[in-house]
Amino acid sequence: MLSVDKLTKVYKTGDKALTDVSFTVPKGQVVGLIGPSGAGKSTLIRCVNRLVEPTEGTVRLNDLDITRLRAGELRRARRRIGMIFQEYALVERLTVMENVLSGRLGYVPFWRSFTRRFPGEDIAKAFRLLDRVGLSAHADKRADALSGGQRQRVGIARALEQDPELLLVDEPTASLDPKTSRQIMRLIVEICRESGLPAIINIHDVVLAQQFADRIIGLQAGRVVFDGPATGLTEAVLTQIYGEEDWTAMRQAAAEDEAAEAEQRDEAKKMMRAL
Amino acid sequence: MTDTAAPVSPGMSPGTYPTRWKRPPQMIKSRFWRYALAIGALVWLVLALGTIEVNWQRVMVGMERGQRFIAGFLQPDFTTRWRDISTGLIESLTMTLTSTVVGVLISIPIGIGAARNVAPRWIYAICRGIIAVSRALQEIIVAIFFVALFGFGAFAGFLTLTFATIGFIGKLLAEDIEDIDESQAEAIRATGASWFQLINYAIQPQVMPRLIGLSLYRLDINFRESAVIGIVGAGGIGATLNTALNRYEYDSAGAVLLIIIAIVMISEYSSGYLRRWVQ
Repeated sequence: MLSVDKLTKVYKTGDKALTDVSFTVPKGQVVGLIGPSGAGKSTLIRCVNRLVEPTEGTVRLNDLDITRLRAGELRRARRRIGMIFQEYALVERLTVMENVLSGRLGYVPFWRSFTRRFPGEDIAKAFRLLDRVGLSAHADKRADALSGGQRQRVGIARALEQDPELLLVDEPTASLDPKTSRQIMRLIVEICRESGLPAIINIHDVVLAQQFADRIIGLQAGRVVFDGPATGLTEAVLTQIYGEEDWTAMRQAAAEDEAAEAEQRDEAKKMMRAL
Repeated sequence: MTDTAAPVSPGMSPGTYPTRWKRPPQMIKSRFWRYALAIGALVWLVLALGTIEVNWQRVMVGMERGQRFIAGFLQPDFTTRWRDISTGLIESLTMTLTSTVVGVLISIPIGIGAARNVAPRWIYAICRGIIAVSRALQEIIVAIFFVALFGFGAFAGFLTLTFATIGFIGKLLAEDIEDIDESQAEAIRATGASWFQLINYAIQPQVMPRLIGLSLYRLDINFRESAVIGIVGAGGIGATLNTALNRYEYDSAGAVLLIIIAIVMISEYSSGYLRRWVQ
């Protein structure tokens, strides 16, 4: 369980990115964090694993106060928090397998990681995860040889390789096309359901957030302005978070996208049967 | 959001827009200063040229000597002094290779230390200091110093080139590390990796091709420099060249120069090929 209490972040420039943000995420819950650009979504999830140092407030993961940890303890805490990034953030010149195995860096001593001699169970786990995300054939390819959707799958496998107790997901679909976006979101949410893994997903696509998250937290200028089930995201709430916009039209377009995709799937199935 | 901007009417005639446009002045806004600076620079150039004293008689003598030099260059003599040339050459190549390898090995930790995004402040200051000293001292001055310290010969040359390599590779490596894609480093940091693991997994893959390219480049710089510092007593092909010139054996000197050019060209082409291969 993650609990964030009165979290505030003021950058050196004096910009207040977060103000008094509090919420708790129980085991197995998938939270969609929405809000306009610059609302503090990225800062918030980076405060959880302290890639960004919070100014005030506490972050607790299963009763471990992350905000008070020293460098060594912080590294041990970070290995239990998987993170998935917007532009995949794979190390491009390393192979897919090395990228996935890098999820174990917090667990193995330097010489083992340097010589790439990871323990057998770590390697087995990596192969299993690559199979889970559908990339077992690509293990020895260089990460920059993959497409966007494939790279994000590697990113997911890397995060899961850490044996995380929490997933932080930063705009996983921002550089993907609509169809791949949905596939990636579906994969992340499925995996969370399988292992009861809680996740915070930063996402600016409201429709995707509503479709896949159990709960939505809306940020506006660094403050929580909405916190509730995905169904509670009414026009009025969206307008409060993002300002005036034609929400009905946007939803309709997304629904059409999905209908087209479903149709395509049916067609493909028919084709397969015909063959 | 309310749309307040007036829509642009598509039927607007092109005649309402200006057809002439001038590029705004780039550096100096005022017209007066633009001309004043140009005229000032011209006047200064003319005056400066006027102060150069040329001894035309000496130039005539020198022309003749230059002619002999070029003639020697056109008819190089590889055989008469081949023993000296080959010893000098082997010494130079040894000096070049050892100093590049040792220099690169030393400059890797210094380069990492001099990168602001991975090193703490105080280490950064120390490493930048070392690089600054190495770059501030010109090879010839360092060579004279080491020759005074360790005597004539290749060892002084080896130390000089190693010293120069540290500043060169250290600085460029540090800049390359500062230019990496931070998101990859952030991702590795987020896994709970230690500092050494971060360097090995996030930094090294990103800078390795360039480090190899720079090392190869430095290898051929070191070879050329070995010819120059040989003249001040640091051994190698430079010493052979110097001896040949002192004896007015321009044909042997020409042979030495041709060999240097050939080796530099070979290393130029092969390093280009290797760089493409490591990408």
